[in-house]
Amino acid sequence: MAGAARTHRLSTPVSPEALRELSIGDIVYLDGVIYTGREGLYRRMVDEGMAPPVDLGALSNVNFHCSPAASVAEDGSLNLGAVTATASFRFSRFMERFFELSGAKVIVGKGGMSETDYRELFVPNGAVYLTTVGYGTGALLGRGVTRVQAAHWLEDLGIAQAVWVLEVSRFGPLLVESDLAGNSLFERENRATAEAVERAYAGLRPPSLSRYGETVSRGDEVL
Amino acid sequence: MSEIARDLLQEAASEIMARAAIEIPRDYRDGIRGMLGQEQHELSRFVLEAMLENWEAAEADRRAMCADTGVPRFYVKAGNEARPEGGFVALEEAIRSATAEATRSVPLRPNRVHPLWRTDHDNNVGINAPEIEYSFEPDADWIELTTVHKGGLFGTDYRMLFPADGMDGIKRFFLDTLVQFGRRGLACQPAIVGIGLGGSKDTSMTLGKQAACLRPVGEPNPDPGIAKLEAELKELGNNIGMGPMGFVGSSMVIDCHVEVGYTHTGGMPMSVHCFCLSSRRATARVHAGGGVEYRSDPRWFTPYMRRETVGWQAPLARTA
Repeated sequence: MAGAARTHRLSTPVSPEALRELSIGDIVYLDGVIYTGREGLYRRMVDEGMAPPVDLGALSNVNFHCSPAASVAEDGSLNLGAVTATASFRFSRFMERFFELSGAKVIVGKGGMSETDYRELFVPNGAVYLTTVGYGTGALLGRGVTRVQAAHWLEDLGIAQAVWVLEVSRFGPLLVESDLAGNSLFERENRATAEAVERAYAGLRPPSLSRYGETVSRGDEVL
Repeated sequence: MSEIARDLLQEAASEIMARAAIEIPRDYRDGIRGMLGQEQHELSRFVLEAMLENWEAAEADRRAMCADTGVPRFYVKAGNEARPEGGFVALEEAIRSATAEATRSVPLRPNRVHPLWRTDHDNNVGINAPEIEYSFEPDADWIELTTVHKGGLFGTDYRMLFPADGMDGIKRFFLDTLVQFGRRGLACQPAIVGIGLGGSKDTSMTLGKQAACLRPVGEPNPDPGIAKLEAELKELGNNIGMGPMGFVGSSMVIDCHVEVGYTHTGGMPMSVHCFCLSSRRATARVHAGGGVEYRSDPRWFTPYMRRETVGWQAPLARTA
């Protein structure tokens, strides 16, 4: 790593100036309001053209790829326990349109997306990706939620896919996975580990039967 | 012979659901502390330290350690003399009730949905859910319930290898699985890596999963040859330069557990499973007399389970 990681506390909506300060590998804590949204929200907004259940842009510019461990009591009150992100790479195809519709500038999730996605989708929208740590620090992130404002579409989409609006304080730790230039912490680390991974395989004979898909040609046999 | 009360079984099943979700097993936590002592890389150290802090927060707040509370499942070990009140159908109903109840009360994330229609009962119960697997123990009148909360998406793979592939084949497939799911930390490593070798395809998957989820960190297989393989694989996995979240580091495999089953003479099926940074398991022994003892080591693989001979009471001497 180039120098020790810096720690930032960002308030929502996160300003463009604050985003410019972030470098990959920095530690971030969030204060303010964030909302959860994953394929349930994205399918409706992007594929079906439905309006979101609330004006997302007015709420916050931080979208969290998350399903909380939560339950709904008989009287309708919400009990939120642990909070952990879900893997973000699955949502790549929704992001371009979602950025346009929501005005989101910060995506919080698990595992990041590809550097190509950052360059083509995030950079033009002035957005960054923050990854949760572990995974997952569900109890620490749960502690960072001070109040549940609402759980929209709870009836239709269920607890996991509902849009949870969360008031947060010192919500983290999160790591900067992509910055405004589209650099990726994960891809930097992948490149750094590639050589040692190759070395680990040295001298190990490949199995006699391949698996379909290990070759790049669909005409190849696995034998 | 006294029956084991149904209500007591349900109470114990609910209690282990909460314990599993909230309390990191001590063997796993101590193993991570040990890895932190070895880890040289700043980012990897940061992740391990955050996890240690997370487990403290979970226990202090009585909150699940990870919000992906996995797909809860149960392992039942029944003493040969054990008689659950209402029979095993009632026991299964108690387990299903406890799963639904704990999902609401802990709370857990209601992860379980129908695979096609995505129907969601918000209680982790449905068709074939939770899974309940059984084993038996001679000369005992208790029932042990173990629950495991393991994520269901990444970190597991299966492959049919052949005898001629040998140890190279085993090592390669082990590396394949660690690397493909280790990048970006999709396996949520450092993991207890469970490996199932042999049996039929499904047996190899079942054994590997049980090896990952039901044996504590630091407990080798009693067969010295297999224990040696476990140690070698652990060493190999911690030397690919990868740590938690796929960052540069050395903390990948907290322990490696191999379980075997006699297999087809022409084959060597192998499965690899990663039990994650939230390695959630808890066990209750429910006695016929009414007492319940709780622990985090399931003690699933008993000498009886690993028996090699036709009979159990008088196993034949091993021939050289």
